[in-house]
Amino acid sequence: MANSKFTGTSTYVATDDLMMAVNAAVTLERPILVKGEPGTGKTQLAIEVANSLGKPLYEWHIKSTTKAQQGLYEYDAVARLRDSQLGDDRVHDISNYIVRGKVWEAFESGEQPVLLIDEVDKADIEFPNDLLRELDRMEFYVYETKRLIKAVHRPVIVITSNNEKELPDAFLRRCFFHYIKFPDKETMQRIVDVHFPKLKKDLLGEALNAFYKVRDVPGLKKKPSTSELLDWIKLLLAEDIPPEALRAKDSRTAIPPLYGALLKNEQDVHLFEQLVFLDRRAGSNP
Amino acid sequence: MLIPFFYLLRDGGMKTSITELLTLLEAMQKGVAGQSVDDFYYLSRSCLVKDESKLDRFDRIFASYFNGVEDSFADLMADIPDEWLRRQAELMLSDEERAQIEALGGFEELMQALQQRLEEQSERHEGGNKWIGTAGTSPFGAYGYNPEGVRIGQQSSRNRSAAKVWDRREYRNLDDSVELGTRNIKIALRRLRKFAREGAADQLDLEDTIDKTARNAGLLDIRMVPERHNAVKVLLCLDIGGSMDDHVRVCEELFSASRSEFKHLEYFYFHNFIYESMWKDNRRRHAERVPTVDITHKYGSDYKLVFVGDATMSPYEIVYAGGSVEHWNEEPGAVWIKRLLNTFPKAIWLNPEPQNRWDYTPSVKLTRELMDDRMYPLTLAGLDDGIKGLH
Ligand SMILES: Nc1ncnc2c1ncn2[C@@H]1O[C@H](COP(=O)(O)OP(=O)(O)OP(=O)(O)O)[C@@H](O)[C@H]1O
Ligand SMILES: [Mg+2]
Repeated sequence: MANSKFTGTSTYVATDDLMMAVNAAVTLERPILVKGEPGTGKTQLAIEVANSLGKPLYEWHIKSTTKAQQGLYEYDAVARLRDSQLGDDRVHDISNYIVRGKVWEAFESGEQPVLLIDEVDKADIEFPNDLLRELDRMEFYVYETKRLIKAVHRPVIVITSNNEKELPDAFLRRCFFHYIKFPDKETMQRIVDVHFPKLKKDLLGEALNAFYKVRDVPGLKKKPSTSELLDWIKLLLAEDIPPEALRAKDSRTAIPPLYGALLKNEQDVHLFEQLVFLDRRAGSNP
Repeated sequence: MLIPFFYLLRDGGMKTSITELLTLLEAMQKGVAGQSVDDFYYLSRSCLVKDESKLDRFDRIFASYFNGVEDSFADLMADIPDEWLRRQAELMLSDEERAQIEALGGFEELMQALQQRLEEQSERHEGGNKWIGTAGTSPFGAYGYNPEGVRIGQQSSRNRSAAKVWDRREYRNLDDSVELGTRNIKIALRRLRKFAREGAADQLDLEDTIDKTARNAGLLDIRMVPERHNAVKVLLCLDIGGSMDDHVRVCEELFSASRSEFKHLEYFYFHNFIYESMWKDNRRRHAERVPTVDITHKYGSDYKLVFVGDATMSPYEIVYAGGSVEHWNEEPGAVWIKRLLNTFPKAIWLNPEPQNRWDYTPSVKLTRELMDDRMYPLTLAGLDDGIKGLH
């Protein structure tokens, strides 16, 4: 179902401010930069935007070794060298060895696409700068074949970034920006609802309480996020854990079942267990 | 009306650019935002703020500006946003009053009555916020002590009302101008590590080059690797033994946690100001002193010098021989710091005292002058700026 405005989907909860930022970016055809804690739905956002606006999606996942040029195209000199030694005829046409990148693919899409540039902060600091012109003008030049590649339709570009590594100002000036803050309880409830529509209300309530309690444990290396919560609920359902088991009537039962799904870091698990242990001791001799 | 807001943002230390202002105008023109203040807040935020640590600052500036000019904003938005009306009523109510009123339920009716009254009033701007007559004479103005006169309920819609969004200060904990502490030390650490790794130049990887060239049938294939060890060397001089100790500890932790990232990191301690000697072990500060001259001789000028201290003392301690509170110094502290700065041109001073107090303390001003202005607050932002100053 194609819509002109993004309002979230049946599988994705978008807050008002997120919708505004996305719609502004779509309308003005500028990139949107999305930041936030891990697991707060940054990557998923691009997928959902494409779905709900009925546009094809191109995903470019960035690694530390990714170069801007790779998104445009690469010249496969090795293949050409090999062909030349084997006497292959293809060797005479250099365009046979030009490998198109994700940006190029998105530029050639027959209808306006969504282009996800995921985790832009993983790459070299110069990476965003190297793409400035291309993303601004939505065109680039292929020197080997002397061809200008121009976007048929300006893609909706969603760029995600994970940490506070600085991005160049020139790049930032051209983007809309949205910081996904960790969802409050009400929003989280809606998020869980879209993932587990048949979840019993009392189980959800207890699970959320336990979840936010774990998040509040001081000193955790990695606080559990939305994705951990969803995994955990999946486990709770699979194991058929009753809501009562999640309710901490006294501190003795304060350890939520299957909490390994929430805390993935060994140190955090230790810390958590210790705290509960201390809690119990305090509880047993008041 | 956007222009003054724009300048307020810039005066408030946001690096908002003209490009971004124009983008905002374009978006408004294209009708991206609806008629509500809420929409405008979200839209302007996504256009003008590109750094989550500046979101709180934006919220404060937004509040200070738009809480004052709501009347004209209402004009701009053609018709009066509901939220604005709502907010006017709320502004006048204390928490208890609100609770009292809430118990009576029903908000829409009140709103309708208010709106009607408002339309009847020809000069609605008169009196700014008190747009509905003076308290006591209008039945609405009187609701401070006549809760039955106004009924407000629906906590949830109130929570969603526009004015509350920026007043909630939800991004406060992302602000980078608060002092360094355990809460944000992790981020500080990451920045420091980044600093330590910078300057890592590309080097020729001879072995890999030979290997790859051989595989490439003799065609030269040059391989580069990033220089494995970073080159940053730091001398850290910490003011110890006083009100500063907590801050110094944070700073010490910060640097020692990133110790492995630096090529060299040396600590020295001083008290209040730098004189002819410092010490390395605080327990034996009186027994084992390191002459400051030795420091200037031993370490090369490529070392970066970082002082941490509040620089708060009597100016005598800086400018006079014999000014030190602890001992008789033959030469003034100012001379010694100049010697250090001559040897180590890349130097900064991190000051845990809030920056707005600096100007009122003569010794801080003096120190800052001696440092050629390279004094930074001990905050994330200060650390960032300071690091830039070290390059
Ligand atoms: N608002 C939301 N509505 C529905 N599901 C959500 C929402 N936010 C997060 N999720 C779910 O949480 C999981 C993690 O989302 P995603 O991978 O997009 O996070 P991310 O921010 O990209 O994380 P990372 O920084 O680790 O890459 C997904 O399963 C996604 O469906
Ligand atoms: Mg992701």
